[in-house]
Amino acid sequence: MELLRFATVGSVDDGKSTLIGRLLYDSKSILQDAWDAMERTSKSRGDEYVNLALLTDGLRAEREQGITIDVAYRYFATPKRKFIIADTPGHIQYTRNMVTGASTADLALILIDAREGMVEQSRRHAFISSLLGIPHLVVCVNKMDLVDYDRAVFDRIKAEFTAFASRLQVTDVTFVPISALKGDNVVDRSEHMPWYQGPTLMHHLEEVHIASDDNYIDVRFPVQYVIRPQSSDYPDYRGYAGTVAGGVLRPGDDVVVLPSGFSTRVAGIDTCDGPVREAFPPMSVIVRLEDDLDVSRGDMICRPQNRPTASHDVEAMVCWMSEDTELAPGRRYSLKHTTRSVRTVVQDIRYRIDVNTLHRDLGVEGLKLNEIGRIHLRTTAPLFFDEYRRNRLTGSFILVDEATNNTVGAGMILHPTD
Amino acid sequence: MSNGDRAASTAAGGQGGNRKVGEPVSYKPGLGMAYELSHLGALEAEAIHIIREVAAEFERPGLLFSGGKDSIVMLRLAEKAFWPQRLPFPVVHIDTGHNFPEVMEFRDRRVAEMSIRLVVGSVQDAIDAGRVVEERGPRASRNRLQTTVLLDTIQQHAFDAVFGGARRDEERARAKERIYSFRDEFGQWDPKQQRPELWNLYNGRHRKGEHIRVFPLSNWTELDIWQYLAQEQLEIPSVYYAHRREVFQRDGMLMATSPFLEQLEGEEPFEATVRFRTIGDMTCTAAVASEAADVETIVAEIAATRITERGASRADDRTSDAAMEDRKREGYF
Repeated sequence: MELLRFATVGSVDDGKSTLIGRLLYDSKSILQDAWDAMERTSKSRGDEYVNLALLTDGLRAEREQGITIDVAYRYFATPKRKFIIADTPGHIQYTRNMVTGASTADLALILIDAREGMVEQSRRHAFISSLLGIPHLVVCVNKMDLVDYDRAVFDRIKAEFTAFASRLQVTDVTFVPISALKGDNVVDRSEHMPWYQGPTLMHHLEEVHIASDDNYIDVRFPVQYVIRPQSSDYPDYRGYAGTVAGGVLRPGDDVVVLPSGFSTRVAGIDTCDGPVREAFPPMSVIVRLEDDLDVSRGDMICRPQNRPTASHDVEAMVCWMSEDTELAPGRRYSLKHTTRSVRTVVQDIRYRIDVNTLHRDLGVEGLKLNEIGRIHLRTTAPLFFDEYRRNRLTGSFILVDEATNNTVGAGMILHPTD
Repeated sequence: MSNGDRAASTAAGGQGGNRKVGEPVSYKPGLGMAYELSHLGALEAEAIHIIREVAAEFERPGLLFSGGKDSIVMLRLAEKAFWPQRLPFPVVHIDTGHNFPEVMEFRDRRVAEMSIRLVVGSVQDAIDAGRVVEERGPRASRNRLQTTVLLDTIQQHAFDAVFGGARRDEERARAKERIYSFRDEFGQWDPKQQRPELWNLYNGRHRKGEHIRVFPLSNWTELDIWQYLAQEQLEIPSVYYAHRREVFQRDGMLMATSPFLEQLEGEEPFEATVRFRTIGDMTCTAAVASEAADVETIVAEIAATRITERGASRADDRTSDAAMEDRKREGYF
């Protein structure tokens, strides 16, 4: 059975909690005692319906304020797939939380209220999903029951979203007219919308083809940990443990180790369960090399004819996540990219992007909390990277404030600086 | 499928539980390369990545091991992460003194088999030394006292990372917790000050005296744990399987009679066929009526259940809507 990770984006007003509740309830993933507890709390607060948001709003502050602040993870399964939902808040002041939830998602589920149509928030959600390289988008036009299940409403929103998405790098968008409250086209096909011939939301989640989403072309193996047992059973064993970040690695392959540039061959690929003939993303394995080289954590194993870009200077889109400080030219941070941590200094902010209109604001002096911009970074040691569009694992990095140790920025590499 | 076939990673393997981790679910030559891991394979790979990352970046990690099912899976994953090397860190148990004897016996045997170091933080010792005060009465539990002993143990051994087997599906405060959960010098969790956690890039930076709790099983569900125990054919303490035991009814739950738990008036003991869905202290872990005597039957039982694990068996979470959040803020597991 496959695992699908998806992010849900939207606010309470869009019916997001109701939709998640519906998916969990109809797939029998809300268990009776959790349901009873929700019912009790709803009643005591005077809610008319069982408030499904209580299920995901796990923190006291969230329940008290009736808002979703942080990403919540939910789990459910059908006979076809296991699902991990990253439930992310939709409001602009929680953009960093949406970015966090979106970073590992295979699919983003964007909710649009049929009565409101495409609003500023929908454009922002589409943009962030595209920026984070989520391969599949599903736009749920919700509350169709409140617009008399009118096809024209759905078609208009679909056309508007499609026009906007053409300005983004989005390849796969699916539109589903639903009513989360009534259950239309969520799990069961709606009787009210015979004009809609597409899949129900659940059917789409179960069937969408995700197996080709990882990069199986460019071999990238960041060395994470050196395995050297030095035991009597394995006196000379030396293996490089790590997670395959791209491509398919096989014993006998010619490889080169960066930054040293030494060439060798893969002697074998081991796991605790025995050797494997192929290793592909996201397998965690041990690679043994034919030659005794000096290889350590942070090094990158790749094929001689297909190497990542090596550079001290990178251009990247960055989402700023610090409440206390701004990102500004001249500031220094610790940067973590694959298994490599280096120091970096911000050379320039090229522009800030208005996440609602996609307009580029030039001449910006700093990026504040939740702002997204394009920057130029210089690092103390070279990074071995790919464009984020090509590989999310070798194209991403985080920035850490060395004074507070907080994670303050999320970066997606565009290309090296000329 | 024979053992020899296990290594053949692109063989279109058998279905479900027979498949070994690391083998793709399907291989479609006509479509070019279509490699996928099974859901357990993907969860396993993620957990191993996290465990190795901690071993690489921290000076003194420790792995909490209670002998319960989640920590059994944790220990197995850690074994896999470093094979053929031994675990590069000790396992840690916070012993309340109120544990099931079957589980203690299992813990000691497993530790001996793997030749690893066991660090025990004893709640009884802390009581004897006056560090903590024992609750009194029939509803007394040492659950809360564990927090102090855990924090003392972390400090005494200068652990800078502590692996725990907590899962996000257990409880809704946990659903919001990061895989790397930062703790200040008092061991406290601040849900409002959590670090953003992106891609597979974990930030383990901390100052001296602070530490990180690491939860590699965050994305696993109770069913995943049982399926994995079955797939890996892992031994678990006998109390997880159906057995005859003397129990009594309290608050709608079946509690095992033991010297640690005083019975109230009207709480008449009787014998029943039960098993434990979770294992904690004998004072706060309830049994469930069940005939499931092997892992496969338990998997089927869990898949069909309508009650959550904690709702069915943990008296400690029934206190309030935010019982877990409050305990976590204080430094609980």
